[in-house]
Amino acid sequence: MRLVIGHLYADLMSVYGDRGNVIALAQRCAWRGIAAEVRPIGIGEAVDLRAFDVLVFGGGQDQDQLTVCDDLQAVKGAALRDAVADGLVMLAVCGGYQLLGYYFRLGSGEVLPGLGIIDAYTVAGRRRLIGNAVVRCPWAGSPAPTLVGFENHSGQTFLHSARPLGAVVLGSGNNGRDGGEGAVQLNVFGTYLHGPLLPKNPWFADHLLTLALRRRYGADAALPPLDDALEQRAHEAVRRRALRLGRQLTGVR
Amino acid sequence: MLAGRATARLVRRLRLGGGTSLPGLVAQRLDAQSARKLAAALPQGVVLATGTNGKTTATRLLSGIARQAGWRTVHNRAGANLVGGVAAALVEAAGVDGHLSGDLGIFEVDEAVYPHVQDLVQPRVVAFTNLFRDQLDRYGEVDIVRSIWRDAVSRLDPATTLVLNADDPLVASLAQARAAGPVLFYGLDAGEAVATAAPQTSDARRCPLCGDPLQHERVHYGHVGHYRCTSCAFARPAPDVRATALWPRYDGGQVMRLETPAGTADVAVPLPGMYNAYNALAAAAAALALRIGLAEVRAGLAAGAQVFGRGERVAIAGRELLLALIKNPVGCTEVLRTLTQDGGQHVVLVIINDRLADGTDVSWLWDAEFELLAERVTCTLVAGTRAEDMAVRLKYAGVPVERIVCEPQLDRALATALGAARPGQCVRVLPTYTALLEFRELLARAGALHHFWED
Ligand SMILES: [Zn+2]
Repeated sequence: MRLVIGHLYADLMSVYGDRGNVIALAQRCAWRGIAAEVRPIGIGEAVDLRAFDVLVFGGGQDQDQLTVCDDLQAVKGAALRDAVADGLVMLAVCGGYQLLGYYFRLGSGEVLPGLGIIDAYTVAGRRRLIGNAVVRCPWAGSPAPTLVGFENHSGQTFLHSARPLGAVVLGSGNNGRDGGEGAVQLNVFGTYLHGPLLPKNPWFADHLLTLALRRRYGADAALPPLDDALEQRAHEAVRRRALRLGRQLTGVR
Repeated sequence: MLAGRATARLVRRLRLGGGTSLPGLVAQRLDAQSARKLAAALPQGVVLATGTNGKTTATRLLSGIARQAGWRTVHNRAGANLVGGVAAALVEAAGVDGHLSGDLGIFEVDEAVYPHVQDLVQPRVVAFTNLFRDQLDRYGEVDIVRSIWRDAVSRLDPATTLVLNADDPLVASLAQARAAGPVLFYGLDAGEAVATAAPQTSDARRCPLCGDPLQHERVHYGHVGHYRCTSCAFARPAPDVRATALWPRYDGGQVMRLETPAGTADVAVPLPGMYNAYNALAAAAAALALRIGLAEVRAGLAAGAQVFGRGERVAIAGRELLLALIKNPVGCTEVLRTLTQDGGQHVVLVIINDRLADGTDVSWLWDAEFELLAERVTCTLVAGTRAEDMAVRLKYAGVPVERIVCEPQLDRALATALGAARPGQCVRVLPTYTALLEFRELLARAGALHHFWED
């Protein structure tokens, strides 16, 4: 079996260790004997998205986010919408997540158009939401597994029909108000959690890989288990440390 | 939005006073006017050095050179690089009678605080080393810092010499902000380029003047190298002080051929790696700007006192420890590259803390190339408040799981690392900032070295 992992705007939208998500997906394939190919996708490239199984779309600095916004509108938008409708698996973190909604209204009043792939919109908040975060995901099983990560965003995202990726246990989540974190729409997962997200939440990495495998190889496709002792230990340690310290570690209040 | 974020962070850092905080807290009560007077009373004036990486090393090297010239130097302690730390150093040097026991002030200054210190002390020479994204909870810093540097440079006194790293486009472009006065560029025309394009995680893919893409002919590390803009006239300036050859030395140091307006000399630098070649160049250029002779530059660099936590060696239990601070992706990758360049197999102890002074967000570990360690370690110990995160990073970097030992307790991690090393072998220790302080405390308790604030 073989999977192609696309790293969307790898050169511009990769801060906060976003490439760790790509590394995690590729390694977890390699350890199972699944050939994983990582392809960066840059500005101006009109790629054939049918060749891709998972897209990772990270966050960027403000200036870069503007450049990417233009490219999405002018070059990649239509193809991305079609691919998502066809079940393409996508993980969008922070800036990438914001650009998948309808729009991002900046503090200046300027509105950055999004792709409308996730039924949500984002508005600039007055304070930055920063710190360790813990989220519970009841949709993923019982007992509900948790996601741990670090959030750092001033945009506040509000969902219409998209369902949240999880319920905030610690942190601010989408907007610091409604208790939701991230969004799920079809096979697209948006979130503010970096850290990066996938290495410390191996169950979620495998969830994305399973969706991608089933889309390409049929409903029977399954992932052999891996020894995740180190990852589980990191997940637990971060969860316990975050809950014990609460938000006291955050840099800006 | 960005400015508000920077201000909040600034306030946070000023309040905390940085690593060595006690003198800083004392000095904050000092009125700015007396710090200004003390600085003005130094007969050879004041040198300021700022930048993301290398300011501690560059100022220590410069201090060694100034001593060769017979000058007594006043400098702030490692990490005490906020306004309070500079003021505290001046007050200490002044003593109770207010009489200064120093000729030249050499201060390393935090990037964000630099303009305040510049206005406080009216420097004779200012040196900018480089500008990188630092810990990631300081996100957005690169653009903010560059714009406040530009403002500061635009109001520099024409008598001040501006020393700039020609090879960092974000630093070299500061020359454009200068209205009048001397500018001295330093750069590297030697050594192996690691690439011909700036890496994905680079902070300077675009021209700082026009915003179009920059093209790199050579990359020495991060975005530092030889570059030109693809559309405007901005390009790497020809350096006035440059290294035209680099030879590694058996003891981990290097020899560089230094070409300057004052002549050419081969100088020994007792620190490894290309980033330390840049630090030595910054120190040499600043010294020449102070009209110190090339012979003193050469002697001072050769004597180069080892800098706290940057390539410091400690003997313990029949083994040797080599300490190298890691604090951001670019600096960490350079440390890893230097560590692995001899091709041997190593015992490595990585200590990751996520306290405020380290940065509470450890995701930067994934932007540093720990992949370089994959086939170069017999045993990696991971410790600190984020030991488990580091263990996972190493696993995904390709280090075999059986060679990763996760031991959050520092004393036990050290004992295990020493046990894993052969007698005489050098254990590489890579701590974050607060981890380095804790680790040195541990070594001091074990009698292996004295407390660093005694230096
Ligand atoms: Zn240009």
